[in-house]
Amino acid sequence: MATENADEPGRDSRSLIDFHELRITLRILGQSKITVLSLFIVIAFLAIALFVYVTGGHILPYPANFINTREILQPPSFAHLLGTDSLGRDILSRVLAGAPVDARVPIAVLSIALSLGMVSGTVAGYVGGVVEEVIMRVTDIFLAFPGIVLALVIVAALGPSVNNSIIALAPVWWPVYTRLARGQTLAIKSQPFIEASRAIGQRPRATLLRHIVPNILPVMLVYATLDFGNVILTFSVLSFLGVGAQPPLSEWGLMTYQSEQYLSTAAWAPVAPALAIFLVAISFSLFGDGLRDAFDPKIRGLFN
Amino acid sequence: MTDDIIEARDVVKHFPIRYELADRVLRKERQRVHAVDSVSLSVKVRETLGLVGESGSGKTTLGKVMLMLDRPTSGQIIFKGEDLTTVNDEGLRAKRKKMQIVFQNPNASLDPRQRIGDIIAEPLTVFREHGRSEIHEIVARISEAVGLPLDGMMRFPHEFSGGQRQRVAIARALVMNPEFIVLDEPTSALDSSIQAQILNLLRRLQDEFSLSYLFITHNVNVVKYMADRVAVMYCGKLVEIGETKEVLEHPMHPYTITLISSIPLPDPEEKLETKDLTGEIPSSVNPPTGCRFHPRCPYAQEICKTTEPPLREVSRGHWSACHFAESLGDLPGSGRS
Amino acid sequence: MNGSDWLLNISDLTVEYKTGRGKITALSHLSLGVRRGEILAVVGESGCGKSTLGLSIINLLQKPPASIASGEILFNGTDILKLNEGRMAALRGTEISMIFQDPMSSLDPVYTVGQQLREAINTKEGRDDKKKPYVVSSPDLEYGAKARASRLMLPQLPGARRERRHGEDIIEALRAVNISDPEKVANKYPHELSGGIAQRVMIAQALVERPSLLIADEPTSALDVTIQAQVLKLIKKLRDEIGSSVIFITHDLAVAAQVADRVAVMYAAQLVELSGAGELFKRPLHPYSEALILSFPRRYKDQGRLDAISGDVPDLRAPPSGCRFHPRCKYAFDRCTAEMPHLVDVGSDHQVACFLREKP
Repeated sequence: MATENADEPGRDSRSLIDFHELRITLRILGQSKITVLSLFIVIAFLAIALFVYVTGGHILPYPANFINTREILQPPSFAHLLGTDSLGRDILSRVLAGAPVDARVPIAVLSIALSLGMVSGTVAGYVGGVVEEVIMRVTDIFLAFPGIVLALVIVAALGPSVNNSIIALAPVWWPVYTRLARGQTLAIKSQPFIEASRAIGQRPRATLLRHIVPNILPVMLVYATLDFGNVILTFSVLSFLGVGAQPPLSEWGLMTYQSEQYLSTAAWAPVAPALAIFLVAISFSLFGDGLRDAFDPKIRGLFN
Repeated sequence: MTDDIIEARDVVKHFPIRYELADRVLRKERQRVHAVDSVSLSVKVRETLGLVGESGSGKTTLGKVMLMLDRPTSGQIIFKGEDLTTVNDEGLRAKRKKMQIVFQNPNASLDPRQRIGDIIAEPLTVFREHGRSEIHEIVARISEAVGLPLDGMMRFPHEFSGGQRQRVAIARALVMNPEFIVLDEPTSALDSSIQAQILNLLRRLQDEFSLSYLFITHNVNVVKYMADRVAVMYCGKLVEIGETKEVLEHPMHPYTITLISSIPLPDPEEKLETKDLTGEIPSSVNPPTGCRFHPRCPYAQEICKTTEPPLREVSRGHWSACHFAESLGDLPGSGRS
Repeated sequence: MNGSDWLLNISDLTVEYKTGRGKITALSHLSLGVRRGEILAVVGESGCGKSTLGLSIINLLQKPPASIASGEILFNGTDILKLNEGRMAALRGTEISMIFQDPMSSLDPVYTVGQQLREAINTKEGRDDKKKPYVVSSPDLEYGAKARASRLMLPQLPGARRERRHGEDIIEALRAVNISDPEKVANKYPHELSGGIAQRVMIAQALVERPSLLIADEPTSALDVTIQAQVLKLIKKLRDEIGSSVIFITHDLAVAAQVADRVAVMYAAQLVELSGAGELFKRPLHPYSEALILSFPRRYKDQGRLDAISGDVPDLRAPPSGCRFHPRCKYAFDRCTAEMPHLVDVGSDHQVACFLREKP
């Protein structure tokens, strides 16, 4: 029959999965060793985070908060692969334990920022006029603040904690996605297929949801991927400054802060968590680059 | 008049140009694009009215205004006896069932992320008047009518050729059983061998579904093959209108004469004798005074610079907006069969 | 095919493109000659390879993904496919010029028309100076940009007074292409020009370069028909006054009929018919040429249906077996599905690739 699972009134079988397209995406991603490597690290990171979270820390070599004053600041050894910190806690376990936090925060922040950003951006771009002006000026106000300052102010008002950090970081990224979504919407708005949607009598809301959003979503996701590392970094800074994760939580930024003073004597203590931040942030960034290439129509054309 | 399905009366469409603070400070005048300036024409039931013109003529704008995709700055659009300019947005949406459009570029007029079946079915989902199986049936029927393979419904536009994509666009326009369709350069972006297929298809569909067409094109040969009557536009104005054969064989406006003489034919013996047409197509922001064609018109006189010629009936059913329409035939080189 | 009246001789040219799904042969064993002072139209639909042909001659193909698998192109006796980039660049803009469908992308937006024409003239006169290779009218402006930098031609600042006196030669060149206000146009930037004027500026540039060979890739396809008629006249003028040969690439049969002395019809990467213009339109021998000419609308609505060609242009990744046109050909017979026809002579200056026309 013509269409299988489509077209209940109001619903539509559009899917984001077109296997041919997916194959092209994977082939392009596979072109660069760096992209593959970074994707590997990204997946490993998320898998570890999920795994540690689900098993509640029992899988760790040592309990993350197990204080052992007899083994303070031990260098890496077979017993402690990454050494111990100033309270004798195993650093490897703490790094692993920190994964869920440093995964959850960016995911939460970017989810909020993406959703709010897309709503406000697409509405601003599609409706235009006064609505657009108002939305964009408000966005500008938020953008006028340096990210960290804005987050600090909010978290200071709310009280230091991981969840409050999430609430504080969302407004830092939301305006960026609003701007991006608006720009993308404006670019698509002039395409004939949007006009065609109007011509068949679609209401603006339906046109927005069915035509504009699915077409700008890939770009937005690419940017979100690129930003993942930035969010981790900013959150780590908040923790470093004492307003993000609170001790004794194993959060990488916090761990770096607590061990900073031992940089010259027991370097493994601050370096391990800092390296973790670096590795994850840069992997997301490099993978995002690869993803952007994969979505580029010109490059896709070469693989089609 | 009662066999008109749609009529445009004194339609004007101006687009404002960005007027910024700096312009106001420098006391510059607010400028507008005079896309369509007081055009009146009508399309009869089951007829094809060709709308011919070059860039800047306003033909595409007029087509969209007639569907109320853009509201006219002034003037009326009478569709089946009802003035659409007085209808609100909600009411207009309902009218869309009966008047549709096919765009020029089949690559851009289909959502690249939508499957073909969904694209064709989408109009049916807007008004929620049909159940799922009924929608399937309609889509299948229309797809067959336009020559699309039924097993292609799950594919995406990029998997189809240009000609097939245009068939999808046509199918989409047909599912609601419209009475009037605006065809905006439907074959200009297609290869010549496909163009003939699509033109034949459009004619067959017109007979099969009793459709009225407004066929917008810059290609006089195509309009000759498709249209019962033809209207010629220049710089936002209607300059000539009449039955196709009459207008093309006995043109009564210098622009039409020039246009026809510029059309190349695939016959090396018939070389173009371009009447050394000088100048460029004028800007629609500051159109020439009087008759808009006067700066380029080989027959222009004083009156042409000052007074805009009205559109008047120079012979039965044949209208022209030229002060000297009748005497053009006496001049050498005018008209070409 | 010998003798000095042949400016260009292409033999067995095959160009391939690498894509994600394997190789596409964009041009397949193409052999073609262009005489001095003649206008050869290359006619075909999308994907037939005509643009690839033009770019191959002037050697502006993107080398990956494209590659020249075989063949030679003799220009004045020299195989230009074997030239290194420096020597090829010396030819461009002086001996071989190209104009494209979109004149806007061929003009540098930060220089005025007059400046760019001046540059063309200077390059032509300084062509012996091998240190400054120059590419004209190319959408890929790498070499051009370097040349400009080396000549210290500066873009004018926005708002700066543009009253500049341009040389008489530039004004003459603009006047020669029927631009009515040459001084004004010479001071304009590309974005201030209409399509028709911009294309005429490109032709003026070609006039100034006085090339032996001009390749025009769909130069009028984006223009209004009244402007197109004027531009076609100018191209013929170029040939008449300078004696340039012109390879006129177009999808529009009617345009080809207007300008061409000879016509080459291409289909699916192959040359299927080659003949004088008058002969081709009166007696098209290849079924594709015939069908193309028949499907051109020239009747009125009440005079019957148009003869459309059924089917679609083939996908070059998986072309039909044997003759590529056979699925759409109303005369096809067994041999057509099995074997590939080659170009054969069927009369004075008329060649066809079709089994129907081959004498048994």
